Amino acid sequence: MPVVNKPMNETTSRDLFPGALEMMILESLRRQPAHGYALVQHIQQRSRNLLQVEEGSLYPALQRLLKAKLVKAQWGVSSTNRRVRTYQITSAGTRHLEQQISSFERMLEGITLVLNPGETPAT
Amino acid sequence: MSWIPSFFRRNKLYSDLNEEIRLHIEERAEQLMGEGMSRAEAEQEARRAFGNRTLVEERSREVWQWPTLESVWSDLRFAVRQLRRSPGFAIAAILTLALAIGANALVFAVMNALFLRPINAAHGESLYALQRGNDTYITQSYPDYVDLRDRNRSFDALAAYDISLVGLDTGKDPVSVWGYSTSGNYFDALGVQPHLGRFFHSSDEHGPNSAPYMVLTYGYWQSHFQGDRNIVGRQVRLNKHPFTIIGVAPPEFHGTLLFFSPNFFVPLVEGEAINGVNTLNARGTRAVFEVLGHLKAGVTPAQATADVSAIGSYLHSAYPKEDDQSSFSLVRPGLHGNFFAPAVRGFVAGLMLLAGLILLAACANLGSLFSARAADRSREVALRLALGSNRVRILRQLFTEAILISILGGAVGLAVSVMLLHRLSAWQPFPQFPINIPVNPDANVYWVALLLALVSGLLFGAVPVRQVLHTNPYEVVKAGSTGRAGRKVSVRDILLVGQIAICAVLVTSSMVAVRGLARSLHSNLGVVPQNALLMNVELSMAGYTGDRVPTMQRRMIDAMGAIPGVTSVGLVQFPPLHMGWTVWNIFADSTTDLRPSNAATEAVTYKISPEYFQAAGTALLSGRGFSWDDDKNSPLVAVVNREFARKMFGSEARAMGSHFKISNGKRAEVVGIAEDGKYTANIAEAPQPAVFFPIQQLPSNDTWLVLRTNPNIEPQQVATAIRGAVRNLDPGLPVFIQTWNEEMRGALFGSRMATLSLGVLGLMGAMLSITGIFGMAAYSVSKRLKELGIRVALGAQRTEVLQAALGRAVKLLALGSALGLVLGILASRVLSFIVYQATPRDPLVLGGVVLAMSFLGLLATWIPAQRALSVDPLVLLRED
Repeated sequence: MPVVNKPMNETTSRDLFPGALEMMILESLRRQPAHGYALVQHIQQRSRNLLQVEEGSLYPALQRLLKAKLVKAQWGVSSTNRRVRTYQITSAGTRHLEQQISSFERMLEGITLVLNPGETPAT
Repeated sequence: MSWIPSFFRRNKLYSDLNEEIRLHIEERAEQLMGEGMSRAEAEQEARRAFGNRTLVEERSREVWQWPTLESVWSDLRFAVRQLRRSPGFAIAAILTLALAIGANALVFAVMNALFLRPINAAHGESLYALQRGNDTYITQSYPDYVDLRDRNRSFDALAAYDISLVGLDTGKDPVSVWGYSTSGNYFDALGVQPHLGRFFHSSDEHGPNSAPYMVLTYGYWQSHFQGDRNIVGRQVRLNKHPFTIIGVAPPEFHGTLLFFSPNFFVPLVEGEAINGVNTLNARGTRAVFEVLGHLKAGVTPAQATADVSAIGSYLHSAYPKEDDQSSFSLVRPGLHGNFFAPAVRGFVAGLMLLAGLILLAACANLGSLFSARAADRSREVALRLALGSNRVRILRQLFTEAILISILGGAVGLAVSVMLLHRLSAWQPFPQFPINIPVNPDANVYWVALLLALVSGLLFGAVPVRQVLHTNPYEVVKAGSTGRAGRKVSVRDILLVGQIAICAVLVTSSMVAVRGLARSLHSNLGVVPQNALLMNVELSMAGYTGDRVPTMQRRMIDAMGAIPGVTSVGLVQFPPLHMGWTVWNIFADSTTDLRPSNAATEAVTYKISPEYFQAAGTALLSGRGFSWDDDKNSPLVAVVNREFARKMFGSEARAMGSHFKISNGKRAEVVGIAEDGKYTANIAEAPQPAVFFPIQQLPSNDTWLVLRTNPNIEPQQVATAIRGAVRNLDPGLPVFIQTWNEEMRGALFGSRMATLSLGVLGLMGAMLSITGIFGMAAYSVSKRLKELGIRVALGAQRTEVLQAALGRAVKLLALGSALGLVLGILASRVLSFIVYQATPRDPLVLGGVVLAMSFLGLLATWIPAQRALSVDPLVLLRED
């Protein structure tokens, strides 16, 4: 059983569904390797601050991804000359992300259909 | 196993995480400062934005911890909660298992101590004793021992020992003490080091009577010399001969024979002082009890056997008369080769089998309890399945509960059995013999108990597996019950029948054993132990030798006969049913070559005074007894028992007046026939030949007097008079007096122990069947209370209600009992080895088993029946 399927605990934002944070982290890392602080910044900017992710909640998620070998980490020095631990997505991580996204899209579609009863399904 | 490296990497992971988070907050604060905040403000804001840092670190660390362990722990906590919610079930289950595992641990510990564990000496596993040919006894003669010791190339050293009883005089009254006479190299051959002083060695021996040294065992030194360290060098007298105490053996060394703890060791070359006779040159006398030694490194038992057998061939050709068998084999020394071992092994194996059955019955019992519980919890299981739990997880939960119970039960059972084992080890059943049962548990016992607990937990935990796997959550949640009433035969029914059958086997066995013991107590012993005293004097201890012995024996008979209340006095070298007995080879009159293999039969041999038959209560069937005129100057005469007459001569009539020979070549004439009896220390023995000779014609130093007393006089009163009379004859003579009934405890010991252990197992079986039937009946009543209520409301009679509620339980009970009875009858054949005339084809036993099982059934269904009868339809129908 993949670890990321474990139910999220309450400190990860209650507004997110299980696995959402991991999915966003993986997506960010697919574009570009980054360290923790940069990831938080990136997610908040991309969501136009709609998602208020508590900064700390990122780290348990990162540890889970590390353990499942979906990402790998390396200490290094950033462009701003800071000591940082940079995360990089693995090929397993890429595959996992694609699966997650497609199942998320199906779920979203279902929820949307339920929430908009007026619209008939496009079948 | 990815968690193994991660276990070691964990510290690195945690420090990385900590550092990473620190840098994160620092970066955030710096950025805020860049936006114009003060350092203090920025740091505070950075921490706030990050959230609860400790909690974040904790959650992150949890990711790396062992998830299985964690969930096992939660399963365990859940199991404990479940058991606390139903304490009755928990206690019943734990006690059932404690009983079963305790019984198994106990029997296994005995088996372990007697057969699996080598003797408590260095490298006990390479220690072997020598057995000649297919002899039952593994005794050897001293000259043969010396040849074996000096000619073999397979043993590091061959030692020898004999068991001796001496009168020890330390300046106070002499006491009789049991010990070993050993070869000089005994301690060196075994690799034992003294606790105090020194041991004697081969270099101390220079022919007969050359080494008057004595080594005490630690226990005897503590109990009789108060651990006095100045004991070394002290002079004592053994059978009136001076000996010097030179050392004390270490506490853990109890000689090389299980069951028998010696009190001292003296050299075999002192045999004349200890036993009154010098057997060092008597090749025909098997005076050495056991010859044993360590195999040389690299020598296999097969090589050693070939080596000593070659010496055997040499002995056979050099001394054909004395050494008639040339082959040797190696045997384990602890139980004296094949002498005790087969009987004890058979008995212990039988017990182990029965104990295993108890455990199986207990597992069946718990299995049906568990299955009933699982059925009751089907709603909970269905709910958990419906909420997304998987079946494996639920099964793991059930197994955790089962194993928790089995471990708890095993721990309780083991604790009790360890306590019993320690008491058993300390127990000395016979006051005059240093006999004990060294069965202290060791690590093996603990491992086996743990293993049994785990296996039984898995066994009974597995019973409800199918039930859980087939649970259909939607059906159960909808219907509210498993709704499987239509099933004809359930697993639970089969388990119950099996369990009752096993219990009936145990009840049958114990009844057969009890009945056998009762019968053996009333069987014809060939003597009448009631109203008889036995008195033993050790004439050799008091320094009597040669012609002084018969004179003293005659004086004692006369003196005892004069005591008021004594009606007759007989003398015998060993009384029947004693721990020691003499077996002689008997030859046909026509045989001229008197080597042992030409013997016509073996017979238990008694040397008696004329009045012995009256005193012992042995009936003479025909012919005459002895008189004082049957002395050295008249031809040798004998009285034989019926079995002897039948085996040797074909019939009693032909035996009268016939002759036979004994191994020294003397011809004896049969002048009388005595009734058959029991002779050896085993009351279950088959009829065997016995022969009686006048002690005047074949003298013996061993002296037992049988005193028939007037039934109206207290034996204690007579005993006091006897002591007085002996003191008048010789104040230095050690004397031992007890009633014949007390003395017979030795002969009954085996049967008693067998009956006791089988009785206990039978009781356990009975208890298990009660709990099993009770569980089943109570469960079926509680399941059907509503139905019963409706029946009562519709006017059902009490008998109808009872039949509906308990009919099934009673049917299963009857089926199980019948099955068990048949199996028990088959199993009882095993019992006949130890129990006198163990036969299950005994109406009393059969009736007893049927009665016992019905009684158990009645007892177990009583409470459920009461509950079924007290059903109040109004109350029931109002509920739910």
